[in-house]
Amino acid sequence: MSALHQPAETLPRRERIVLNLYAITGLVVLVLMMLGGVAMRMAQGTWIELPPDLFYQIMTAHGAAMVGIAGLTSSAVMWYFLRQYVRLSTGIFLANYVLFMIGAVLILGSIFALQYGGGWTFLYPLPVKSNGMWSVHAAAGFMLGFLLIGVGFVLFYLDATLAILRVYGNLGRALGLQWLFGGAIDKSHPPTVVASAMVIIVNGLGTLCGAVVLVLCLVNAYVPAFELNALLAKNMTYFFGHVFINATIYMGVIAVYELLPRYSGRPWGVSRPFLWAWAASTVMVLIVYPHHLLMDFVMPSWILVMGQIISFTNGMPVLVVTAYGALTNVHRSGMRWSMPAKLLLLSMFGWAAGVIPAIIDGIISVNRVMHNTLWVPGHFHFYLLLGLWAMLFGFMYHLIRTRADEPDSAVDRLGFLAYLVGGLGFSGMLLMAGRASVPRRWAVHLPEWVPYAQASSLAAILVVLATIVFAVRIISGLLRAPDVGTAH
Amino acid sequence: MDTQHLVWGITLIGIGIIAAAFLYVVARSGMPLEYASVQKKAYGIRRWFFWTLVLLGIGTAYGTLVEFPIPDQRGSSAGARVVDAVGKQWSWELSANQFTAGVPVEFRVTSSDVNHGFGIYDPNGRLIAQTQAMPGFTNHLVHTFTQPGKYRVLCLEYCGLVHHNMVAEFEVLAAPQGGKS
Repeated sequence: MSALHQPAETLPRRERIVLNLYAITGLVVLVLMMLGGVAMRMAQGTWIELPPDLFYQIMTAHGAAMVGIAGLTSSAVMWYFLRQYVRLSTGIFLANYVLFMIGAVLILGSIFALQYGGGWTFLYPLPVKSNGMWSVHAAAGFMLGFLLIGVGFVLFYLDATLAILRVYGNLGRALGLQWLFGGAIDKSHPPTVVASAMVIIVNGLGTLCGAVVLVLCLVNAYVPAFELNALLAKNMTYFFGHVFINATIYMGVIAVYELLPRYSGRPWGVSRPFLWAWAASTVMVLIVYPHHLLMDFVMPSWILVMGQIISFTNGMPVLVVTAYGALTNVHRSGMRWSMPAKLLLLSMFGWAAGVIPAIIDGIISVNRVMHNTLWVPGHFHFYLLLGLWAMLFGFMYHLIRTRADEPDSAVDRLGFLAYLVGGLGFSGMLLMAGRASVPRRWAVHLPEWVPYAQASSLAAILVVLATIVFAVRIISGLLRAPDVGTAH
Repeated sequence: MDTQHLVWGITLIGIGIIAAAFLYVVARSGMPLEYASVQKKAYGIRRWFFWTLVLLGIGTAYGTLVEFPIPDQRGSSAGARVVDAVGKQWSWELSANQFTAGVPVEFRVTSSDVNHGFGIYDPNGRLIAQTQAMPGFTNHLVHTFTQPGKYRVLCLEYCGLVHHNMVAEFEVLAAPQGGKS
């Protein structure tokens, strides 16, 4: 049975401080943005009053910050485990954090000081065509903030690429492509390296594409004669957005591959189906984004057909390999069910179950009556709350544990239950509202939509309370270091 | 059953099956068994699971794409009433606002400023069709109304601070006696 913490995971003081910065920032921003989310749902439920302009500003901040910290915190998972196998630069990792924080200040300043409310997707040409509601400078500040954050991530991926190349020669070998069609697989090849190589490829391209469209939009902001093709800009924006948010899960799942076996006491190594799944996912994540454009009828038909079909096939590696692999690893294992283990397995459920409504919405004839209703936030809140964040909480709880069988406190157990019930309730109510055709991103709801908002507000409050419990427990644990846990 | 309820039912079944598998594994996790035998059995089941999903995917793709759900964008649909729909912050301009049930209507949807979403809600408040309204492009949405009554067009793509007020109305009249229904 492997040790709970590997010797290579012991962090020197500087590295520990940087990791703590990532984790604590992620948790604090998460709680704050969740409170913003609750405020929006309560306003839609008529329980509090939010002027529409403030609602849309909170909505913009909520989207931008949630996507950003999902990326930031999950990159900490990738960094923490990948550095056992290759030599990563702590300086670059810190630079990513610093650029992120500068970008975040620009974004929040643009929103709350300069009243930018163009949505996190900065969908051209809305940022510069606000109908007099915010200035071009506000839009430029927001987009510049995003650009700086993107630069930070690109630096991190470049450092990881170089580090992987030094050990494995090329990204294909890191992905294990040499074993796809035969040959004896090196069972010691780390799943972390496979996942990291995939993330570097897809999110390197995704972030670069995002940077290009941001630069083009910035030029357009100050040189209006330089107009973009709205359809091309939309394609680039959704390519970036889709790849980026998906990459957060592919970084977060590294924690599951690394840690779940330590609690089940069983190995989880690479296999041919595993390598095929990751190779296929690398391609599919890059070409599935047209499922965001199914209602853009002027798109070439073959691209929309591809968007529908790849939406389905893209879910298969998640269901057949990763979630199924986790269940196989745990089944009749004598699992030690402490908080990290519970959260990591929950994350597999959240991811696998959350893709179901996503796949269905990727069918063109379904999308025709579900697109941009609350069905969409319903499915992504499902797999981000119960999937991605469960992975990240599991990882962070693991960091503060010293023994696999360390008993959970009553507060932790209650927090887990509240998070599960609240997460299911909140996502479920969004999906139900989508079934009832309630549109997303509406500050004011019609009377017949209000009950959905009220019910999901209650569930959201439960989620926030549970998250505060997790955050307090994890942050206090991290700050107790280095006396607690060899991981520190 | 409308599409929304069908989709909801399928989603519940799918999530329910996944939840049942997880609960089963969690319930049996305290009864240790040699890993090799667990793997052998699990991988056998996985093969079936994989091919079931493949067949499901092929069937779904065929069933939902054999009749392509998006109308041909290159010209007008034969026999359809053509209506121009232009979105602008924060209103819709429709070249007509009264239609007849049973007669196909082709909405030529575009925008004069930013992206909007042209979502048609029936008299029961159910979304029945939509397309994007985009500057520089025209999307052709063809729909045949079957139910007379007041319909609304809601903006389904976030378009700025008064997005939620971007609503238009039109009326669908009953088909004349002896005509299409």
